Amino acid sequence: MNTTVALPSKRFHFGFWTTVFGLVFVPFCFVTVLRFYKGLGAVTHLSDKFPWGLWIGFDLLCGVGLAAGAFTLTAVVHLFNLKKFEPIVRPTILTGFLGYIFVITALMFDLGQPWRIWHAIVYWNPHSVMFEVAWCVMLYTTVLAVEFAPVVLERFGFHTPIKIIHAVITPLVILGVLLSTLHQSSLGTLYLIVPSKLHPLWYSQLLPLFFYISAIGAGIGMVILESYLSQRAFGRHLEMDLLEPLARAMVVALGIYGLMRLQSIHRNGAFGAITDFTYEGRMFLVEFVLGVVLPVALLSFRRLRTNPRWLVTGAFLAVLGFVVNRLNVSITGMEGAAGIRYVPALAEIIVSVGLVGIGMAAFALAVRYLKIFPERSPLGEGGAEGG
Amino acid sequence: MTVGLLFDATRCIGCGACASACKEQNKLPGPVEEETSAYTWTTVKPVGDIYSRRLCMHCLVPTCASVCPVGALHKTPEGPVIYAEDKCMGCRYCMMACPFDVPKYQWDKAVPIIGKCIMCTSRVKKGEPTACAAACPAEATIFGSRADLIREAKDRLRKNPTGYVDHLYGLTEAGGTSVLMLSNQLFEKLGLKANLPSEPPAMRTWQVLSNIPDFVAVWGVFLYGVHWITARREVVAAYEPPRQGPDIQDDSHMGRPS
Repeated sequence: MNTTVALPSKRFHFGFWTTVFGLVFVPFCFVTVLRFYKGLGAVTHLSDKFPWGLWIGFDLLCGVGLAAGAFTLTAVVHLFNLKKFEPIVRPTILTGFLGYIFVITALMFDLGQPWRIWHAIVYWNPHSVMFEVAWCVMLYTTVLAVEFAPVVLERFGFHTPIKIIHAVITPLVILGVLLSTLHQSSLGTLYLIVPSKLHPLWYSQLLPLFFYISAIGAGIGMVILESYLSQRAFGRHLEMDLLEPLARAMVVALGIYGLMRLQSIHRNGAFGAITDFTYEGRMFLVEFVLGVVLPVALLSFRRLRTNPRWLVTGAFLAVLGFVVNRLNVSITGMEGAAGIRYVPALAEIIVSVGLVGIGMAAFALAVRYLKIFPERSPLGEGGAEGG
Repeated sequence: MTVGLLFDATRCIGCGACASACKEQNKLPGPVEEETSAYTWTTVKPVGDIYSRRLCMHCLVPTCASVCPVGALHKTPEGPVIYAEDKCMGCRYCMMACPFDVPKYQWDKAVPIIGKCIMCTSRVKKGEPTACAAACPAEATIFGSRADLIREAKDRLRKNPTGYVDHLYGLTEAGGTSVLMLSNQLFEKLGLKANLPSEPPAMRTWQVLSNIPDFVAVWGVFLYGVHWITARREVVAAYEPPRQGPDIQDDSHMGRPS
């Protein structure tokens, strides 16, 4: 009686991706032990000159940002009432939830004393953006868990809690959108405090807004991308009728974002860095051409947008450009003031890749055993639990 | 009364007594290092024919204290910016945010904490000068109330205009600092940032954070309003005579041709 099914579980076999996962997982465990036994200095290239590296730039900033599809789609379905997108809400919420678990796990590596992470609940400092981020991540992860709970509960036949969640879905979704809005933007606010350090190509009083809008753009890109990946992995067909309008929304979000970025660079008088082709200028061009210009240009054409291959290419570019942007804000843009170049240590990369691998494995397992993806049967009724 | 330090680079003889005294006072392990670190809270380095001293500037509105999510850093009424190591969870936002790059980390420890000059809080509370000021044989670093130090510094600038760069570093930098500096070289050459705004950086994030309650109320009502309108539209549509269209029936998304 539901719109979704667990995918016909292909028998587990020892394939290419399992091997890759194994190859990453062994050094990952090794680095984990080393990091907690010897401290951050032993495994990272972090230093007094460069205290935040890959784990903040990629794991935290990108992990949260790319999970933005969850709040965007729940808002579209439950608040804007565009019910036709319902079938892809579940995989999106799952991605969001796993994304936040990924972020929190990465923080356990990055914090100097992660066993004190609960201090953020006890010792308050409302003047700190980090304090706000901590609370929002904590609360929103809880919201995502509740939004996803029906999928797990229905597997075990607990229908009463599902009814309760169904009854409060609207306030829950509103709470989720509020929290997401706050901390997607507050990741940008984190960098408002360094006007004398962050390069003018990236520093702006509007950083919170930039982070928010670009997260919506890239979050939608992720929804398209993950539909494609699961289609490949599980032999499903692509929901083009749903993804095509999403791509249009992504073009609008990225277009607005791109325009605002250019205005802010103009106001900072930083175009010189681009025309002089400096290190920062080049990195900006990579980010901007990949993440904004190309996806907007490509997906503005209906013919390309309705072609699965181009659609996925555009979404992939948007996500890639988003990642480069977050790395630019957190690393490239800060290197000038630090006076050194930061290149992540192999161990840092192993941890990030390992965590992404674990997240993907968790997604694959969830898809195998829970009803995540839509079934194209005419029997179902709208599973309005929000998936 | 808030206290502070005045460092006059033209008087410093580079003996390093301040750095050694600091190590002793704060029981910091190891020898005095080239650069400040978690174990060396102040350094003296030759820059051309003068010496540059680095230490925590003890901002009047400290950026580190504003960014710390657990409030492990705070400005005491006497002037020092101090650190509660038992609260710190090691996010290192203070290091990232400090306009003077002062807080340093114990990268070599499995249970690390931040290290930075705390202006000998325990001595200052008793009314004694800091260890570095007490140890300085050349009166290059002097201790006193911030107001007195500003008066003294301006006096030196007025009496000897050719002997100094006409700027009292720390008077307005990042909103003003309790540690003040005089020099006959450009302050950039001493390794100090010259591009610091006179508004405390903490105000920039507070402008955003202080608006959050208002924002939550407005955005929450807006979102609920959107839901109310769209849901109502659906109810109304259900009463209207059926017509062909994709968005009317709740279950219409099933098996609908694309």
